[in-house]
Amino acid sequence: MLDALGYPFFQRALLAGLLVSLLSGLLSPFVVQRRLSFLGDGLAHAAFAGVALGLFLRGEPLWFALPFTFLVAMAITLVKEKTELSEDTAIGVFFALSVALGAVFLSKARGYVGDAMGYLFGSLLAVGPADLWAMALLLFLALFLLPLWGPLAYATFDRELALSDRVPVVLHDYLLSGFLAVSLVLAVKVVGIILVAAFLVIPGAAARLLSRTFAGLTLLSLLLASFSTVLGLFLSFLLDWPSGASIVLLQAALFGLAFVKIVFSVRK
Amino acid sequence: MLKMDYRYCVVALEVRDLSVRFGEFRALEGVSLKVPEGAFVAIVGPNGAGKSTLLKAVLGLVPFRGEVRVFGRSLTETDPLWFGYVPQIKTFDRSFPALSLELVATGLRRRWPFRLSPREREDALSALRRVGAEALAFRPLGWLSGGQLQRVYLARALIRRPRILLLDEPATGVDRVGEVDLYRYLEAYQEESGATVLMITHDWEAAHHASHVLVMNRRVVGFGPPERALTEECLRQAFGHLGHAHGLYLGGGHA
Repeated sequence: MLDALGYPFFQRALLAGLLVSLLSGLLSPFVVQRRLSFLGDGLAHAAFAGVALGLFLRGEPLWFALPFTFLVAMAITLVKEKTELSEDTAIGVFFALSVALGAVFLSKARGYVGDAMGYLFGSLLAVGPADLWAMALLLFLALFLLPLWGPLAYATFDRELALSDRVPVVLHDYLLSGFLAVSLVLAVKVVGIILVAAFLVIPGAAARLLSRTFAGLTLLSLLLASFSTVLGLFLSFLLDWPSGASIVLLQAALFGLAFVKIVFSVRK
Repeated sequence: MLKMDYRYCVVALEVRDLSVRFGEFRALEGVSLKVPEGAFVAIVGPNGAGKSTLLKAVLGLVPFRGEVRVFGRSLTETDPLWFGYVPQIKTFDRSFPALSLELVATGLRRRWPFRLSPREREDALSALRRVGAEALAFRPLGWLSGGQLQRVYLARALIRRPRILLLDEPATGVDRVGEVDLYRYLEAYQEESGATVLMITHDWEAAHHASHVLVMNRRVVGFGPPERALTEECLRQAFGHLGHAHGLYLGGGHA
């Protein structure tokens, strides 16, 4: 299994996986507690439209997906803040718009459908040196997210209480959506568009089953996300499975174990 | 029960011509009042009278027209730590993994604590002890009953030693013994700190023991000492009719 470490493509995939798993592990508790799982799906489809646009224009798909997904995230948050529509309705609108745009772009990008498959399910071969730099830069930016953990958690617990203490809740909503969009796009190469939303949900969901405090939930989510990513990538190499599927299957197994533990501890 | 005296001639809260609209609905219209420091104001009125909206306007939680001044300062010039707020409906996410002690600590930090320092921990425990809820310190919030939650929220409000306490039906879900305890804790805090208290209540006994009563129905119907504000005329104006409980009080009987 350790032979894999000798291959530069695997080293890049491993490093990229670790970087994005740290970020998704940090964001996952907020996704779970704020019930944003559907936002992850919506943004994944926005990433699909962006990737399709990139394939159509014969550019690097991620550089199109990044701003496109970011703009969709901002638009969803804007509609939620400025209207009485619920967030899932706003997501539903942009979800459909993104898929429709993606289908149009892909239909015009004949000959590149094979590339699109790599983006849909993730590939060990997909991570290039430029992607690593982008991920490292994002992780550096994510350091600025760390001081926001307390106010974000406070507003996640009780928005009105946080507002009464003059926490800039709305600004933080936009920041969280922006970070979710960017981290989701960067995780696409490792996990794939179809499974990237799960990548942002399952570590937090599994950790929630085992945690009594939000701090504990965050630490455990980070641990589960990075553990499942590293082990999932090795499995992907050994079994020749798509990397995204290996990682998410492992995360689902961890969630299953956490669930079993909860069921049995309740019975006692 | 609740202290009737107020110590200072300083105006703690001044509301001038306050109006709040939600779309076409006028929740508050032209509300003006001056609350002296150290007063205990019971706010009474029918459902939908804008009582909670008034407290939210004072906290800056809803957009309003008019003016709110706290100790002579506009809201933007005030320190959030001056206010201790206990909301009526606990809108928090019950699935959020949190211990009572952590919620109380947000009263000091104004953010969720990742880790409590020994000092914060001791302060939070002491605040819980003050409201008789020390035993709940390490219990997950999702496990608490309505009455227990009220105590924890009150501890959270008191830990910052606020100058103004804003309580939205704090006795909701609390049993009779707990209710008496609650008023005892408030009285003790007010006596010790000289804080001003605004409390929305449907408890006529509590209203009668406050230093001031604000009777409202989207606008001020009556404001002053209980014997002047809780009159038949004021209550008829606010409620449209006199209910059984109001009648009992006006007739001199205490329910």
